[in-house]
Amino acid sequence: MASYRSDEPASAITPEHLWANRREFLKAMGVAAAALAAPALAGGRGPFDVDEKPTSLQDLTHYNNFYEFGPDKGDPAENAGALKTRPWTLSIEGEVAKPKTYGIDELLKAFPQEERIYRFRCVEAWSAVMPWTGFPLAALLKKAEPTAKAKYAAFTSFYDAKAMSHAASGIGYPYVEGLRLDEAMHPLALVVTGLYGKPLPNTNGAPVRIVVPWKYGFKSAKCIVKIRLAADQPPTTWNLAKPEEYGFYSNVNPEVDHPRWSQAKERRLGELFRRPTLPFNGYGAQVASLYKGMDLKKNY
Amino acid sequence: MKTFLWLALCSAPGLDLAYKAKTGHLGANPVSTLLHECGSWALNFLMITLAARPLTRLTGWAWPMRRRRMLGLFAAFYATAHFTVYLVLDRELALGEISKDLTKRPYIVMGFLAWLLMVPLAVTSTDGMVRRLGRRWGKLHRLVYASALAGIIHFLWLVKSDRTEPLTYLAGFAALMGWRLWAARRPLVYGSVTN
Repeated sequence: MASYRSDEPASAITPEHLWANRREFLKAMGVAAAALAAPALAGGRGPFDVDEKPTSLQDLTHYNNFYEFGPDKGDPAENAGALKTRPWTLSIEGEVAKPKTYGIDELLKAFPQEERIYRFRCVEAWSAVMPWTGFPLAALLKKAEPTAKAKYAAFTSFYDAKAMSHAASGIGYPYVEGLRLDEAMHPLALVVTGLYGKPLPNTNGAPVRIVVPWKYGFKSAKCIVKIRLAADQPPTTWNLAKPEEYGFYSNVNPEVDHPRWSQAKERRLGELFRRPTLPFNGYGAQVASLYKGMDLKKNY
Repeated sequence: MKTFLWLALCSAPGLDLAYKAKTGHLGANPVSTLLHECGSWALNFLMITLAARPLTRLTGWAWPMRRRRMLGLFAAFYATAHFTVYLVLDRELALGEISKDLTKRPYIVMGFLAWLLMVPLAVTSTDGMVRRLGRRWGKLHRLVYASALAGIIHFLWLVKSDRTEPLTYLAGFAALMGWRLWAARRPLVYGSVTN
């Protein structure tokens, strides 16, 4: 895949109508669903897709929380062009039988890519619908063969003080995140490499990131370089910065307010009026069982 | 400078926002952009208003003090716009939510206080009120210091992690107040300008 720079004009990126047409085109060609890397392409929507209109690519690439490139939502669109996404490696290490370091192009070839249209809910009460391309995180982890001791997955994002000279203050770098291993192995948890059928824009965490759609956006680490499986719960950036505001779990939950604002409603990018926020961001049927018996008010 | 030029200059940020709103250029989250821009301009005009006296005192120019009341009214205007956007567009007039915000969420309480303190100042900004209140007018209008400080604390308490912007306002406020303390201990250089 060609390297991709987010400072290209939006017109240089696949316009949304072409992206939609491509789906129609493939459907018209009578391509069997099974033969497609992206199940969503065949019938319009796959089993993991939400039936909602994806947010425009312009909005998705010009309204980003990506503190390495500045504190304001418009900063990444201006500054993330400095990020070099080739060469890039992602290492899987820690409590695994087969640790491995993938080159990014090797990673893209090693796992079949599929498209998933996911809801995205930021902890700041705005949301989006994002057509990601990627593959299940479980596939990557299984290949590394987690040991019996592995209980958590820890993610480390890329940090380079030179390329990220506009980084916001108040949180530590590199950005670190983590999941319980059963969360990481859930079929909804994704290793993401693309958006709108194109390589992931720098503004959205190129060349490879994690997406966990039932959790607040900050749990989905961008630009990852390392996945380490561990026996103990790993530290996470926002929890380290403000433990009383951001917990390890951070599941989307309209019932549990952020200490400073309500999480009951959200404003979808591109819409004027707010909509109610759904428990687990609407993925409760798939993931609620992961948290059986847990007090989600305590484990926020 | 003519009064209408001042009016045009001070209205420019608001007109720019209105134009962008009409043409769909407020970005992916227009409500949030409107909210933040109006809030920033309220703070900017508060700072400019507070800078009027030192500026006149230090340079001898008459215009900063002559235009101060208008600058202060624009601070109140942008603060009111900010509050209105919050009530109508951000909270969609959901009264339960708003009352919870205004009683339980410290940064919103502080912002509301900053706005509330501006109300008596805006109301008493007419020539008639200045005359009627006499010496008490100046005393009353010292509330602007409290309003500016509350506005800055409101900003400081709402940011997620990066405090650079609110701390810049705080530094500016401290400098302007520090100058006042310093100047109060020295005789007037340009004797006729007071308030």
